[in-house]
Parts: sequence; structure tokens; C-alpha cells
Amino acid sequence: MAPDNRSMPPLLQLDDLVVDIPGRPDGAALRLAVRPGQCWGVLGPNGAGKSTLLHTLAGLRPARRGGLRLDGHPMDDLPRRRIARHLGMVFQDQQDGFPATVLETALIGRHPYLRPWEMESAADYAAAQDALERTGLEGLEHRPVSTLSGGERQRLAIATALTQDPRVFLLDEPTNHLDLHHQVEVLDIVRHMVAHGRGAILTMHDVNLTARYCDHLLLMYPNGDACWGPTRDMLIPRALERLYGQPLAVGQVDGMPVFLPLGTEREDAEPVQSRQNDLSTRARHKDAPAP
Amino acid sequence: MTRLAGILTVLLLAALAALVTAVALGSVQLTPAQTLAVLTGDGDPLHRTLILELRLPRALAAFATGGLLAVAGALMQVLLRNPLADPYVLGLSGGAAVGALASMLLGAGTVLISGSAFAGAMLSTFIVFGLAHGTGSWTPTRLLLTGVVVAAGWGALISFLLAVSPTEELPGMLYWLMGDLSHARRIWPAWMVLVIVVLAALPLGRSLNVLARGPMQAAALGVAVRPLEWTVYIVAALVTATAVTLAGSVGFVGLIVPHMLRLVLGNDQRIILPASALAGGILLTLADTLARTLMAPQQLPVGVITAMLGVPVFLYLLHRSR
Repeated sequence: MAPDNRSMPPLLQLDDLVVDIPGRPDGAALRLAVRPGQCWGVLGPNGAGKSTLLHTLAGLRPARRGGLRLDGHPMDDLPRRRIARHLGMVFQDQQDGFPATVLETALIGRHPYLRPWEMESAADYAAAQDALERTGLEGLEHRPVSTLSGGERQRLAIATALTQDPRVFLLDEPTNHLDLHHQVEVLDIVRHMVAHGRGAILTMHDVNLTARYCDHLLLMYPNGDACWGPTRDMLIPRALERLYGQPLAVGQVDGMPVFLPLGTEREDAEPVQSRQNDLSTRARHKDAPAP
Repeated sequence: MTRLAGILTVLLLAALAALVTAVALGSVQLTPAQTLAVLTGDGDPLHRTLILELRLPRALAAFATGGLLAVAGALMQVLLRNPLADPYVLGLSGGAAVGALASMLLGAGTVLISGSAFAGAMLSTFIVFGLAHGTGSWTPTRLLLTGVVVAAGWGALISFLLAVSPTEELPGMLYWLMGDLSHARRIWPAWMVLVIVVLAALPLGRSLNVLARGPMQAAALGVAVRPLEWTVYIVAALVTATAVTLAGSVGFVGLIVPHMLRLVLGNDQRIILPASALAGGILLTLADTLARTLMAPQQLPVGVITAMLGVPVFLYLLHRSR
């Protein structure tokens, strides 16, 4: 876990930010700061507004209330190009309406650094090449994107963000479509960037991976509530069960809590309740019926 | 940069060759030596008249029209993020045709026909854009659907105008609808638009490359998406309207030229846009030369030639892209 560095201005600060989810009442006002060396995980069920939050943070849609500051500057005062050098966004789905090669796709990450009439330099190509190597895509440079597998596409999107070299990475489900090995590989890349003074915000579905890689968590509840803080304070089984409306079993691996979803097929099962079983380290419901 | 220069040099030489071919061929065949003599300010007076007053203006009109349509097609393809879009996909040619046909029906002269074709094209542009923009979000699908439906409306009006027109007007109208360069006059506005748009598009090229990856990705990379889309839309409409005004609705150049270039040269708009201008010009110059000479003295509308070439080429590309 990277230590908080309070002397530097936050890379990204949310000032009572209320995300605008059309047709829904105001959610919680988010007041938090992403500092260099911090990796934030955003957890929540489908439809809680995780992607909308990331798009808002990237400046791609207006907030309902509140504001954002980058390095202390209000985002609204900054030109788009400047924002694009500060924030790198990886979307959940990559659309490819137009044919392009892998190298061309990674290379567009240099766009915010180039003047309109400038062509990409050798250094820009080197940056793209380096990003492809770090995401394990070397050798595929001249393949059309349309021939890539889902996982390769996801890694290419991350390579494009690495080429963009932003201060803060905003990653919308970066482990989507990836097998276990590539999930860990992508998160290791993120951890490496964060260790080098960047910040990251990831929306995730895998609670355990998130707990391993993120030092801070933001939990977004379907009713608009939210809570956030250091990961060790947030991994409360009760809170996570309420978050997903799903009973969980809790175990320990390497001294870290591990959560497993429990089935709800039992007749006497209450929908949200953690039950004692052989994985549990804390039997919190002593009066629960024995299996 | 060197790649761009190399490609453009090859295309420029091909363009010169196409123009020389166009002025040399016709009812009076000229040898390359005779043609060159006239072009260097010499030669037989009859040949001078033939080339400088008839064939050269027509070849230059064909070149400008082809270049404009190909550039408009390339821009529309990026705007709609659909490699199969063409300049007419948003109903622009229909609006121009209704304008032109209506003024022909009223017995107007060439200038007025051109003017009302231009007005019709721009009117259609604003109708489609206004409706697609309307209340909700503007997506390529919505824009395309609006364009297709508006084009169908223009189609009905065209049929109506043809039905109520006196018989002697019909050949002229049909030639206009198919695209025809035999009445092309005042070619300098078209050339001016072509040169300005190609030069202005170069610094926008990389932004267009990013836009081709989708509006969200483009915005995340610092592109001001909405202003850029507006600019591309207005410019593509203006360029198409200029071409249609000059030569009627010549089909397929705007579709196949950028598409073929993308297959050969890749997808960098900084290369595709100037290359489209040149290759579109070359194609239409040669097609118009065929239209003049294939069944001489009978002249075919050039749109017939481009469609005859374009339909099989397009179907082949579509089949291959599956």
C-alpha cells in the first residue's frame, strides 16, 4: 500500500461531486482526493453508476453538482487537451467502427501532446511500442484490431492509455474479458504506474482482486449512497453484503479477508445475511440455523 | 511525412497524365506532341480552340468534381464512422436534384439551375441535421436514418417533377440526375473549394483519426468532439453541394475512391484526404473521357460510367470485407 503523500496537491479532487444519472434522485456528494501513489477501487452492483462516475471524472459528462480539480485547478478552467494529458480513460467497451492496426490504435494516445500539424515523431512511436510490449502485445503491431480477441482488445485499450501517459488512470472494468493471468498482469501494470507517482481509479466487479490491488475503496450503493476510505476500513462483510444484496462467506488468505458469494437456494435463507461455514473466520450470526 | 510526399507525388503525376489523356482523346484525336504543343502555348489554331475552350475546361471540371466528391465521401465516412457512407447518404443529392429540376421546369438558365441545386443541397443538409439533432443525442445511426428518410422524400418529389415535366425537358433532367459534365461551366469555384478544403483538412487530420475511434475515446484524448463533428458535417455538405452544382449527382466516386484508398494506404486521414482529392479527380477525368468517346458522337452521362464501374467494385469490396 502506497503511503498518502499529503504535501502534494491531489492529482484529482472531488468537491462534493454529485454524479448526474438521468432519472434518478441525487446520490451521495463525493468528497475525496486521489493523491500520487493511490489506487482507488470503485465497487458496486450493476447500474449503481460506476461507469457514469468515471465518465464524469474524465470530464466527458457534466456533474449534477459539485466540481473537480486537477492538481488544484478547477477542471472547467482547463482546455480539453490539458485534461487529456492529466487523465487517461479506458472504456469498458472498445468500439471499432473503422479498421485500424494495433500500432495505430496505441499511437492515438499521443494525440494530446501533438500540435495539429505535427506528425508523430520517433519518440511517439517508441512510446507506443513500449506500451504494447508492457501489455504483452508485441508482435501484433500490424494486425487489424478487428482480428484481436476480447482480451487482446482490452490490453490494447490499456496500452493506448499507457501511451497517453496520464497522471491519473481511469479504468472502467480493466479486467473485463481477461483470463486470471492477464487480469493480474493488467493490475500489476496499474500498480507499477501508481508506485511511480500516478493515481488510478478502477471500477471492478471482483471484490478480492480489488482488495488486493487497491489501497482505497469507494462503495456505490444502488440507492445512491456511497462510502469511501482506506481498503482495510472498508472490507466489512456487512457493508459488502448490503452493497451487492448477496450473502458472503469470509475467509483469510495471506492475512487478507477473502469473500465468496453464497448461494441463496436454501429455503430458510434470508437474502442478506452472512452465514457461518468452514471458510468463515468470524461467526457473526450465532443464532443462524445450522446447515 | 516522406510516405505522404511519395504517395502524393505518384498521384500528382497520374493526375497530369489523366488530364493530358482527356484533352488528347475525342472526335479529333491529337498526338501527344500536338497536345503538348498547345499546352505550351503553341500549335494549330484549331487544336488550340479544341483543347483550350472545349476539352481542357471539361477535363478540369471533371477533375474538380471527382476530387470534391471523394473528399466529401472520406469526410462522411469518418463522421458517421462507417466506411460505407458516401456524400449523398444524408439526402444531399436529392435536395440538389429537386432544386435543379424545379428550375429547369420553370425554364431557368444554367446559372439559376446551379444556384437552386446548391440551395436545395444546403436545405437538405440543414433539414437532416436539424431533425437528427432535434431533441435527443446525435448518433451516427440517427443521422443516417434521418438522411435515408429525407432522401426518400426528395425521391418522391423528383418523380413528381419528372411526371409533370413536358417531354422535351426530360432528357436534360435525366442527364442532370445521372451526373453530366457537358454543361459544366464556371469551374473556378469548385477548384477553389477543393484546394481550400484539402489544405484546411491537413491540420485536422489527426483529430479525425481519433474521432474515427468513437466520440468518447476522442473526447478522452482531448478532441473537442462536437465542434469537430459540426465542422466536418458542414464542410462535407458544402463540398458535395459544390460538386453537385457543377455536374449533377455523379454517383459512386465518393464511395469507392476513399474506400479503395483505405484498403491500399491504411486509415490515416492526413493521407486519405489529399489522396482522395487526387484519385477522385483522376477517376472522374478518365470516366468522363470514356463518356465522351465510348459511343461518340453520342455522349453518355458520366454518372453512368462511374456507376457501371462503381457497382461491381463496391460489391466486390463489400463481399471481401465480410
